[in-house]
Amino acid sequence: MIVSIEDIQKELIDEFSMFEDWEERYQYMIDLGKDLPLIEDQYKTDSNIIKGCQSKVWVHAEMKNDKLVFTADSDAIITKGIIAILIRVFSNQHPKDIINAETDFIDKIGLKEHLSPTRANGLVSMVKQLKLYAIAYQTQMK
Amino acid sequence: MFNVENIRKDFPILSRKVNGKPLVYFDNAATSQTPQQVIDAIVDYYSNYNANIHRGVHTLSQEATDKYEQARKKIQTHFNAKFAHEIIFTSGTTHGINLVANGFSTLLKKDDEIIVSALEHHSNIVPWQMLCERTGAILKVIPMNLDGELVMSEYDKLLSKNTKLVFVNHISNALGTINPIEYIIEKAHEVGAAVLVDGAQACPHLKPDVQALNVDFYVASAHKMCGPTGEGMLYGKESWLKKLPPYQGGGEMIAEVTFEKTTYAELPHKFEAGTPNICGGIAFGAAIDYMNAIGFDAIAKYEHELLEYATNKLLDIEGLKIYGTSKNKTSVISFNLEGIHPYDVGTILDKLGIAVRTGHHCAQPIMDYFKIPGTVRASFAFYNTKAEIDALVEGVKKAKMMLA
Repeated sequence: MIVSIEDIQKELIDEFSMFEDWEERYQYMIDLGKDLPLIEDQYKTDSNIIKGCQSKVWVHAEMKNDKLVFTADSDAIITKGIIAILIRVFSNQHPKDIINAETDFIDKIGLKEHLSPTRANGLVSMVKQLKLYAIAYQTQMK
Repeated sequence: MFNVENIRKDFPILSRKVNGKPLVYFDNAATSQTPQQVIDAIVDYYSNYNANIHRGVHTLSQEATDKYEQARKKIQTHFNAKFAHEIIFTSGTTHGINLVANGFSTLLKKDDEIIVSALEHHSNIVPWQMLCERTGAILKVIPMNLDGELVMSEYDKLLSKNTKLVFVNHISNALGTINPIEYIIEKAHEVGAAVLVDGAQACPHLKPDVQALNVDFYVASAHKMCGPTGEGMLYGKESWLKKLPPYQGGGEMIAEVTFEKTTYAELPHKFEAGTPNICGGIAFGAAIDYMNAIGFDAIAKYEHELLEYATNKLLDIEGLKIYGTSKNKTSVISFNLEGIHPYDVGTILDKLGIAVRTGHHCAQPIMDYFKIPGTVRASFAFYNTKAEIDALVEGVKKAKMMLA
């Protein structure tokens, strides 16, 4: 059974609501980064780097049983945490659901400051890239 | 008498909070903060005598023109230029560099050589690459050593009768190294080459004397020396400025226009097409007044104290490495924690209200040389304090604990 994107987002909002200050939130995010489904070395190519990030972020996507599975890595720990959160939400889902998913959970887990498009870590670019992969695979399936 | 607590009262922004913590502003090499005296000059301009300059017969225009030209004189005096018309108002250092690079595109030919340094900001690399593409000239680079200093024996070897231009920054923005520009200028002149010095990082810390340096062009930005953004100056020796063609066409820069021919205005107006940043120029003058009232000797002495204090404290942190270890440097510390990305450190410091810069600082060749993705750069100004440095040190320790 697939857990829906919405359910995973609710779960994350619950988890993050337990923290009292930024330090605990960041510590948790850093910990989540340690469980990131790592990209295979062969996919760590320049073309898989997400532009717009001060640190390097590689993302790879492939279809497994109608579902899109993401793997990633970054050379910065906080960025790794951010991409890990996004992958937890969007990986193992149908492309159509990824395309239609709302992203306001990012605000709700207290990472609003990373949402600004001018922010150097490129969270916006990451979300856009994951959705672009979904659109590309969705088009292929048709 | 230099009193940092009194000085801090001049800067309204220094009392604000960031993320619930008192702001610690250590991104001065990117832009400096603005004292009330400069803010007042800006408000005074728009409140009392905002008008277009040079052509109006009415009183406001006359007052604005007088103040703008007074500001030019202040800059002339500050940099000790021989004539006021050797000071060209620009939108900043990058504009000044492009103005000169563009001018030289008519003076260079194929196989002429341009020398830049390995310590340059991108703004002092790209315009010359573009100039080389246009003219067929060749770009050569003075290498640096592990301390982040330019290697003068290599510079000597690069110079030849083909060298037409040498471009070097006075102080490196990424590492804070003070370059031996006196030597560089003298040697360039021996082979007949012109020298442009990028003073963006130097002018907040010292007072260059363009005549004593015998430099051909010197550029600076107001916003790095307590002035407004979008304003700067180009000093050029009169003889060079006469030789260079105008950069942009437009109003203000002409003497006479018919459809057959336009004759250009005299210096400095030849290079100041269109309505300039009048308020910016006047506020630049106010910033120079402000810094001179404190005094550059006192500023340099105090900043050096801050640099030594911070260097010693930061080096006590295990695994912290400083890039740019020249004996001759300004109050800039570029560093990394072993195994930790500079972006992570910068993010944690921001949460603590501490503003530093992270990344390649628009100087990718330097980062490539050290084989690092970037650094954390803390740059201090005369209004910073040792207590703020203590906060930085604690912040770095915290970042290390969270990220390691």
